[in-house]
Amino acid sequence: MAESLILKTLTISAGATPIVSVSLTAAAGEITTLMGPSGSGKSSILAAITGTVPDGLFATGEILLGGQNIATFPGWKRHIGILYQDDLLFPHLSVGGNLALGLAPGGRRTERQGRVKRALSEVGLEGLAARDPATLSGGQKARVALMRVLLSEPRALLLDEPFGTLDSELRSQIRSLVFNHAKARGLPTLLVTHDPQDAEAAGGPVIRLR
Amino acid sequence: MTLSPSHLFFWLTVLILGGPVLAGLTGVVAGAMGHVPGLQNAIPAGDVWGAVWSWPGIGRSVTLSFWTGLLAALISLASATLIMAGWSGTLSFARARHWLAPFLAVPHAAAAFGIAVLIAPSGWIARALSPWLSGWERPPDLLILGDPLGLAMVLGLIVKELPFLLLMMIAALPQAKAATSMALVTALGYGCARGWLLAVFPGIYRQIRLPVYAVLAYSMSAVDAALILGPTTPPPIAIVILRWAADPDLSLRALASAGALVQLGLVLVALVLWRLGEIAVAQLGRSLAESGQRGSGRAAEIAAATLAATSGIFLFGGFAVLALWSVAGAWHFPAFLPETLSFRVWASHGAALVETGAATLLLAFAVVALALALALGSLEAKPHRCLLTALVYLPLIVPQVTFLPGLQAASLKIGLGSGALPVGLMHLVFVLPYLLLVLADPFNALDPRYRTIAAGLGLSPARQFWRLRLPLLLTPIAGAVAVGMAVSIGQYLPTLLAGGGRLPTLTTEALALAAGGDRRVIGAYGLAQAAAALAPFALALALPRRVWRNRQGMLHG
Repeated sequence: MAESLILKTLTISAGATPIVSVSLTAAAGEITTLMGPSGSGKSSILAAITGTVPDGLFATGEILLGGQNIATFPGWKRHIGILYQDDLLFPHLSVGGNLALGLAPGGRRTERQGRVKRALSEVGLEGLAARDPATLSGGQKARVALMRVLLSEPRALLLDEPFGTLDSELRSQIRSLVFNHAKARGLPTLLVTHDPQDAEAAGGPVIRLR
Repeated sequence: MTLSPSHLFFWLTVLILGGPVLAGLTGVVAGAMGHVPGLQNAIPAGDVWGAVWSWPGIGRSVTLSFWTGLLAALISLASATLIMAGWSGTLSFARARHWLAPFLAVPHAAAAFGIAVLIAPSGWIARALSPWLSGWERPPDLLILGDPLGLAMVLGLIVKELPFLLLMMIAALPQAKAATSMALVTALGYGCARGWLLAVFPGIYRQIRLPVYAVLAYSMSAVDAALILGPTTPPPIAIVILRWAADPDLSLRALASAGALVQLGLVLVALVLWRLGEIAVAQLGRSLAESGQRGSGRAAEIAAATLAATSGIFLFGGFAVLALWSVAGAWHFPAFLPETLSFRVWASHGAALVETGAATLLLAFAVVALALALALGSLEAKPHRCLLTALVYLPLIVPQVTFLPGLQAASLKIGLGSGALPVGLMHLVFVLPYLLLVLADPFNALDPRYRTIAAGLGLSPARQFWRLRLPLLLTPIAGAVAVGMAVSIGQYLPTLLAGGGRLPTLTTEALALAAGGDRRVIGAYGLAQAAAALAPFALALALPRRVWRNRQGMLHG
């Protein structure tokens, strides 16, 4: 899957006033960083890509994924995975339940359980499938959140300041884990951050918003 | 935009909230002009209104409704405000607020019965003071129940409206940024209560204005409290309308419609007066704030504690006495406790109670299930939020007694007749608003990022609803179901008018038996009514704890 995520003059406006406009290509297997001060419209761009632009704003322009303009699709048909700075694991599901939710429907029960198990051991969390997510440590939660989004086989990955709440040691550890997994799967990845260290670690092109 | 199921539910909700009120009011206007379904010829409008105004005691009925309603609403609001000013923000308040829901659940009729057995001349209060203090060897010849001024009725209304307003004020606290404002005015040297009144209350009142109007309209037109505690010669206008509407003589239905319009006019006048009062009080508050006077507000704190305790004693004390009466054998005045115990009432009425109770609960459950689907569907759709907010209060502010007679006529006209279906539909009109009110905040408080994540995982809107939003909201939904069932169980007028006597519920039976005046039977029915309304609350508390016993993230908050 070597698709790029291409934004063609993606513009977010409030009424007739444009707030932000951006054109970029996030190549497959590369981390593209979007930087800018708060209020520069970073989160509006992410909302436009996921199809969740808040009431009162609207987006124009094209969002191309594998040559398809997905801007006209409803959010749940776009297959855009997103990670936030909070893990946002669903509190009513077990760890395994959170992961299974992202799996495409169908397949045998044992097969699905096997995939969940393998995903957990991939990030060093063997045997935690039955646990209550509230009982995990911050680093463990972040890893479950990463595997949840990867298991859903997204076509692109968005990172909305995902390392902001982690302390510095954990931060670099989780950061490289997320980046490595995204690159290994050849995902076009768009990182939104205001931390230059994140951009440096990403090692991809950096686009600055004003 | 395609019509998704949630949009369908939204428009159905709009129809159910608005339709019956408008149809009912139309029917009432037609009736007041002499057009009564089932009557061959229309009655001349002049004759209808002439008959209304020459009805014995009608003038006193009108003034009675007007001033008791205003008084009850005013005292309820003032008490709720004082309690909040003197007590909110303390630890004991945080604990006490859990007791509000049961207060709210108890049907008006049951609360009124409890008050009746407390304050009657032969009631518990008189017994407690006799004969050692009062010297009464037999019940004093005082007209306490049904006093001509309607004070007992006002008391009955306050005991139920006070907790409702308190709950509304508590819900408004976060948006009014109460904690920050309080920290600020305390730093400026204002005492707790005065600071709260000057800095927090205006923000709260802005949000609870519609509930306050609903309390005012309700107090002016309540039927159940008036039947049990209100004066009879003449009764409040709502009771007069009810008698006309339930009379076998169809020509009196025209009078009921005209009376309904009088009632509506009364409420409108009161609302205008209230609005003027709001402006005056706001002016007063501003000048008081600008005067810069500080005060400790110790008096307000004491008043708050007294008021809260008094209404608690009236409600719980009433139930204690109802329970005693239901198992009392011989119990002569002035004995404080029954001389002998007897389960005669429970033995003879037990079977009927179980049967009526089951029917009441079944009806309530069916209505709530339907209302829940509509409420959740509308909240999912969430277009036109303003329309929904305005309509939610329509059936709560327009008094039942002003549009139900017209609706009764309309449903006869379209051949809906009477029975379980029209009763269920009527209950739905009053249950649905409460479900929407209770569920809106938790629904909107869900982190919107859950939605984005779920969509990113490829979950369709339907799967997002069933797998995520429904279970995440289980706790508030269980609470809303309990509130909805309590509302349905407590309905008197809609059950009576739409049921045509063919669908007795605990509430209609209790009020029918009230006329007999047998305290043992009333005690049993009052208790059964309260138990039926409280049982769903117990379940609503227990269920989430059981389901989420292994999910810490779902239990707090």
